[in-house]
Parts: sequence; structure tokens; C-alpha cells
Amino acid sequence: MTHFRYTLLGRLLADPMAVVAIVIISGLVLAAIFADVIAPHDFRAMNMADRFAPPSWHYWLGTDNLGRDTFSRLLQGGRIALYVAMTAVSISALIGLVLGMLAGFGPRWLDNTLLFFFDTLRAYPTIILALALAALLPRGLSTVIIVVVVTSFSEYGRVVRTQTLSLKNAEFILAERAMGASFGRIVFHHILPNVLGPFFILAAMNLPVVITIEAGMSFLGIGVPPGTPSWGATLKDGFDFIRTTPWIILSGGLPLILVTLGFTFLGEALRDQLDPKLRKGR
Amino acid sequence: MTKTLEVERLSVTYATREGGLQALREVSLEVPAGQIVGIVGESGCGKSTLIGALLHLLPENATRTGGSIRLADEEIATASPRRLRDLRGQDMSVVFQDPMTSLNPVISIGRQMRDIQYRDRIGHAEKNDRAAAMLARVGMPDPKGKLSAYPHELSGGMRQRVAIAMAAMMMPKLLIADEPTTALDATLEIQIIELLKEIQKEIGCAILFISHHLGVIAELCDRVVVMYAGEVVEEGAVEEVFLRPAHPYTQKLIECDPGRLKRKVASLPSIPGSLPDLTNPPAGCIFRARCPYATDICIERPPRVTLTPPHWAACHHAQEVHG
Amino acid sequence: MLTYTLQRVALALAIVFVAISALFTIMVTLPGDPTTVLLGPRATPEIRAEFRLQMGLDNPIYVQLADFWGRVLAGDLGTDYYRNRPVAVAVFSALPHTTALVFGAIFWSASLGIVLGAFSADNRNSLLDRVTGVLSVAFIAAPSFVVALYALLLFSVTLRWFPTIGAGEPGDIGSRLYHLILPSLAIGLAWVGYVARIVRASMLETLSESYIRTARAFGLPRRVVIYNYALRVAILPAVQVLGVGIGGMLSAAVFAEIVFSRPGIGSLIYDSVSGRNYPVVMGSMLVAIGFFVTCALIADLINAALDPRHRTKS
Repeated sequence: MTHFRYTLLGRLLADPMAVVAIVIISGLVLAAIFADVIAPHDFRAMNMADRFAPPSWHYWLGTDNLGRDTFSRLLQGGRIALYVAMTAVSISALIGLVLGMLAGFGPRWLDNTLLFFFDTLRAYPTIILALALAALLPRGLSTVIIVVVVTSFSEYGRVVRTQTLSLKNAEFILAERAMGASFGRIVFHHILPNVLGPFFILAAMNLPVVITIEAGMSFLGIGVPPGTPSWGATLKDGFDFIRTTPWIILSGGLPLILVTLGFTFLGEALRDQLDPKLRKGR
Repeated sequence: MTKTLEVERLSVTYATREGGLQALREVSLEVPAGQIVGIVGESGCGKSTLIGALLHLLPENATRTGGSIRLADEEIATASPRRLRDLRGQDMSVVFQDPMTSLNPVISIGRQMRDIQYRDRIGHAEKNDRAAAMLARVGMPDPKGKLSAYPHELSGGMRQRVAIAMAAMMMPKLLIADEPTTALDATLEIQIIELLKEIQKEIGCAILFISHHLGVIAELCDRVVVMYAGEVVEEGAVEEVFLRPAHPYTQKLIECDPGRLKRKVASLPSIPGSLPDLTNPPAGCIFRARCPYATDICIERPPRVTLTPPHWAACHHAQEVHG
Repeated sequence: MLTYTLQRVALALAIVFVAISALFTIMVTLPGDPTTVLLGPRATPEIRAEFRLQMGLDNPIYVQLADFWGRVLAGDLGTDYYRNRPVAVAVFSALPHTTALVFGAIFWSASLGIVLGAFSADNRNSLLDRVTGVLSVAFIAAPSFVVALYALLLFSVTLRWFPTIGAGEPGDIGSRLYHLILPSLAIGLAWVGYVARIVRASMLETLSESYIRTARAFGLPRRVVIYNYALRVAILPAVQVLGVGIGGMLSAAVFAEIVFSRPGIGSLIYDSVSGRNYPVVMGSMLVAIGFFVTCALIADLINAALDPRHRTKS
């Protein structure tokens, strides 16, 4: 049996940055799961008597313009953020994986076509595309997910393509082919396991980006439906009253910063462990 | 005879995970003024570490654990960084192995050659003229035009000529050549060797020439130093050492030189065994484990047996091997 | 260099063409009456009729697309029906503000990032290196619109060091720059971290290159070796990344323009989306994508100019 110290988790726990990341992320996930239990108030409950209440024992992070408890809303916001991030990242990663391997394995013209396709998608500035699409699509989480998928799967495609191309001509693969290994065996036994490392790093790095896009779209009012307690929506409420109630913005931004920090640290640590070569450059 | 370089009992250790790796152990050698001295040995024998130590360009995990290095009677092993910088490029310069990577890819040849003249208080145009003259000297066609060229626009042989021009430009006392022909093909190799000979005659410097190619050493050098596993095992005039080696390692090295093979063989000869573990080198003779002459006495540190001075070998059986 | 440039320009043009055409196609093929979808409920029957006519909505899609590009090439980006002006006028009066913002952000990220990165690499494992390392990751992670909001709250609302709204007095460079500092820094901060890390990493890699050993072996002063011989090579990947990063900066500029109430492409698109003014959205998208692709292209060419190895390759 492999000694714990040498397993991936063991090595991660030896890295202080990774420990911070794991603590933040597990805290967030737990808070999201048990949001209903932890929340001191109903996140929907409006209390007009307590509008714009500053932080206090009763309202830990104060209340907004409708007298809703900010803390309880932020807990719910974590759920939304995680849901969108997980769904969008899985979908775009999957599409990217398939297209990337197609580009890597396929004939030259297919590779070129897909590369051009990836380049074209990269030409859309995310939020600007989000604005353009938001006007055409119904407002809601599915629109957010579509925008994220459209703008991010090409990145996975590129990484997988590069990996596949470099592996395709690696000597051990050529040897396998020379010995008559089937295409499926090469893909599933050799290419896929080797592609997954950088792929998961990219996914970990991509999660905070997606969370930011969701929050950003909700901040612009083109994300979640009105009344949904997304972090971005909370920030928007705070922005409208920035001069009178600064605590809404302050507390609304914190979980966003924490979670992006957590996932970025995790991605960094994973990268250090899984792929020392990737350390250079980006 | 004055000595341009004198290395005495130089030891260098690398800090590694497995402990201190003794890359150089009490290495002594000398380069008389105006002579060309070759250092020969397999990869891993400490040639590169020696150059690093001479120029104070060792990696961070390496430390000089003892010994002295004198350049024209000046102790440089303990010289200040400031003094050292003055010596580099001015009194000793170096031509590195791979001309493809030893020149900065984004700076023009002319700029690189001007920059190394930074100590001289002369004008830009003068520095350019000097650089062009030096390029002409090393046989570069269109030297003036080449000043604005970038390294990747030149062939490997031409780049090595540039590197030699840079090394010789400041008229150093000692020119170190670290396998300057290894990355080149055979015809270029001969040209570069000839060029080095000419340069040596012209500026009268001494050359320390590192190579694992016995033929090149024989062709170019006056003296040869044979290194094995971080130690000097034999030193002497080239003809002496190559015709009548006195150390079993040198003997084996010559036997295994593919250039000497008279007829086709099924497999190239090689020295049986492998390099000793330098984190924990064996006591006594370092070559003992692979040596056909080894006897019980070899457990003791071999003496320096002088044959025809300056020819000597570090072997208990030197006389017997010498024949 | 010329062939390389031409190839890159052709690719960039193709990308802009395909990206915009795809968007246009999606827009006009959406289910429902396009005049309702694109102009919103505010549109009067007259506006609808005019829009239908101008866009040729009854023609097949490829004819509409060809007409669209024909108009664009003639400099006609459509009409802003609600404010009765050509879209081109609206877009090109907004563009300079966004350009200033993005280039301000590039200025911050390049200047601070390169200095921090080079300094960290030069003083590897020093306290400053470690602090810079953690800070860079933190900068990269912090969402730019949260940074913008916090900066607004701290420096403009609370401390009152910087103005809260607008882009400054027209014609007054000082006032313009003063209004630019905070928003551009909010956008650039993430890229400061990015550039610092990239420069540090590539600097360390470069410092172990053989030609750096050569420079040292020739006794060149340390300062020259590190900040000239090594840095010249080490900034190349940063230039490339900044070029591609302009897309991200454009997204961030939308937030900065809204948070700091600045005019610009971002706030123009935002207002047009909210007001269902689709011709303006389309025109702004076209210009935004064109701007981004042009910037990425320029970064590519700058890189080729800085790295002589690139020029003869291709």
C-alpha cells in the first residue's frame, strides 16, 4: 500500500497553501449544504421595520433595502455559485475533452477547423457576449451556464489537443501501436490518463472564474432571476446604496473573494503536485 | 616557465538529497603560459564542475570545500566578486559547448560584442570596428554586416566562430574552451581546432581545452590532463600520455576510442563496470573496482608516480602499466 | 516578418468575420418575431417597419448576412432608433473611453508586474519574493468587479481621494487621467499578479540558460545581465499573455464603467441591452470583438518584433 505521505492528498496536506484552500473550500461547501440549518433567518423574509440595519447580534451582517438578512442570503448564494460552477465546468470540460481529442487525433483539416473554432470563441469577451446573449435568452441560471460553456470549453479543447498531440507521437504510444494495440486501448489506457492531470488543474482553476462570471452577470442583472440571493445580486443591491449601507458590499464581496482565492490556491497546489512542468509560463 | 593557471588540491561538493556529492576531489593541474592543455574524461568526471569552479559560475548547491586556483600568480579562489568580474572576460574567457544556446537569441551579435567591451572607455563606433575586425579574424564573411545579425540567423559553425571571437577579443591570458566542437560536425570541428591554434599563436594566451574526444586533444594540445570520477589520474605531454599511458584508466580510454579501431567490430569496446558513487567514494584508488591491474595495495591511496616529468600518474602500478 | 504579419492579419480578419456572422445568425434566427425580440416592447410600429426593411428580415438568412456585411464595410453599423442616430456615432464616441481604460490597465499590469516579477526572480526565496508570490495569486483570484466596488468604497466614498463618477472634463488631460487611475487599477490588478508570476517564472528559466552563463562568464555587470540580457527574453511570454488578456480586460471594463459610471463600450452595451436596443448591441459587439482581435494581433506582432527568432520562422 502506498504510504499516505506519497498519495496526492498526503502531498497536498504538506503544502500550506493547499491546506488553506481545502479549509476554505470545505467550509464553503458545508455552509452551502447546511445553509438552511445555519441561517439565522429565512433568506426570503422581508422585514420592512429593519431595512438597512447595520451588522448586529440579531443581523450578523446587517440587512438590505428590503430588510432581508444579508448573512442568510450569502449562505444561499454559496449554493447557487457552487451549482452553477459545477454544472458549467462539467459540461464545458466534457465538450472540451471530446473536441480536443478529436482535434488531436483527427485528420489535419479537422484539427485546423477546430483550432479556428476555438480561436473564434476566444474572440468573444465573456461578459460582453453574456450581455449580448442575455438580451436574447430568458433570464435564469441556464442562460448563465450557456454563456459560461460557450466561452470556456475552447480552453479545455486547446489543452487536451496539445496534450493529445504530444502524446500521440510519444515513443511509448508508437511502440504500442506498432504492437497492434487498438485505437480504443490507446485512447483509454494511455492518452486519457495522461490528459487528465492538466485537465483537472484547468478545471480547478476554472471554477473560480465561473463563479465570478455568475456573480458578475447577476450583478449586471442578466444572471439569476430577480429576488434570487446570488452573491452578485447582493453586491448589486449594495452598490445601489453604497453611500448609506457600505456593509452590504463589504460582506457581499467577501465570500466571492474567499472562494476564488480558495479554488485558485487549490489549482496552484494541484498544478505543483501533478504537473511540475506547467509551473513555468501560465 | 611561468604558469598561467595553477589549480591545487581543488575540491568541490554538491549538496544533494542523498548527501554531499564530491564532484571534485583534490584536483591539481597547471597550464603553462602559451600552451594548450587538454582535459579529457568521460561525462561525469568533473570537467564541467572544474570550469564552473574556475569561473566561479557553479550552481547554487555547489561549494568549494578546499584548494586554490591561481591565475597568473593571483589567488582567485577567494577573490572578491568585484575582482572576479574584472577577471572574467578580461583575463580569462570561455567558449561554451553549444553555440546554439550560448549566445543571447534576442540581442544582435554586434550588441553582444560591444557589451563585453564595457570596461573600455571608447566610443560606440570604435567598439563596433573592433568587433568587426575580430569577426573578420575568425573567418566570418561580411563581418560588418554580421554585427546586426541575430544568432539564429547564423549556422552552428558560424556561431561558434562568433563565440571564439568574443572570447579572444579582450586578449585574455587564459581561454577556456568547454567542448567547443562537440556540437559541430567533423569538418567544422577541424576548422574550429585550426582557428583556436591560430588564435592562440596570435594573442599568446594559454588555452584550457576540455573534450572527451581523444583525437582532438592529440591534434591540438601540448599537454593533457586525464580525469576520472572527480580526480586527476594522469597528466603529461600529449605524446607521452597517449603513446605510453601510465594509468590503467587512460589505457582503457585509449583502447576504447572508436577513432583508433582498425577494423569493423560487432560491438564497440567499453570499460566494464560503472562510475563509483560520488556521495560515498571508495577509499584508496578511485578506479580500483574497474581496474584489471588492481591488487590489494590499491585499497590505499595511490601515490603520484612521476615518469618523464611532467608526466605522472596516480597509480600504484604506474611503472608496470607504463611498460 | 511580412509573410508572418500577413498570415496573422488574415487569421484575425477571418476570426472577426466568423464570430460576428455567428452572432448575427443566432440573433435573426431566434424563434419569435425578431422585431419584438431585438427592439423590445418599446418599439413603435413605425420603428418595427423601418427595422424590418433595413435588415431585410424577409430575405433568406445568407442574403441578410451579406447585406449586413455590405453595410458594415460601407461604415454603416445600423441605426439607433430610440435616439435617432447612427450606431457608429454612438460606438465610436464610446470607444476612446474604453481604450483608455484598457490601456491604463495594461500600463499598470506591465509596469508593476514586470518590476515585481523581475525583482522576485532576482531575489528568489527572499521575504519579498514570498510575499509577492502569495499576493500575485490573491490578485489573480480577486474578481475585478469586487475589486472595483471595494476600491470605489474605500478610496472614493470613504477616503474621497478619487472621484466616484464619470471620465473627467473633456479636453482636460489631468482630470481625465485622475478619473482613470482607480478604474484602470481595478481592472489591471489581476493582471499585475499574472504578469508578475509569468515574468518571475520565465526569468528563472532564462537565468539558467546557457547564454546567461556566457554573459556572466564575460564579466558583464550583474545589473546588465539580469535586467537587460535576461529580462529581454523573460518579458516575451508576458507580452503574449497581456495581448490575449485584453479580452478579459474588456469584460472587466464593463464592470469598471458601470461601477464608476464611466462612458464606454461596456456601459453602452449594458444600457442598450437593458433598453432592448439591439442594433446598438450588435454594433458595439462588432467593435469590441474587432478591438480585442486587433489588440491580440498587435501583441503578437510586438512579440515577433521583440523576438528575432519569431520573424524568420512562420
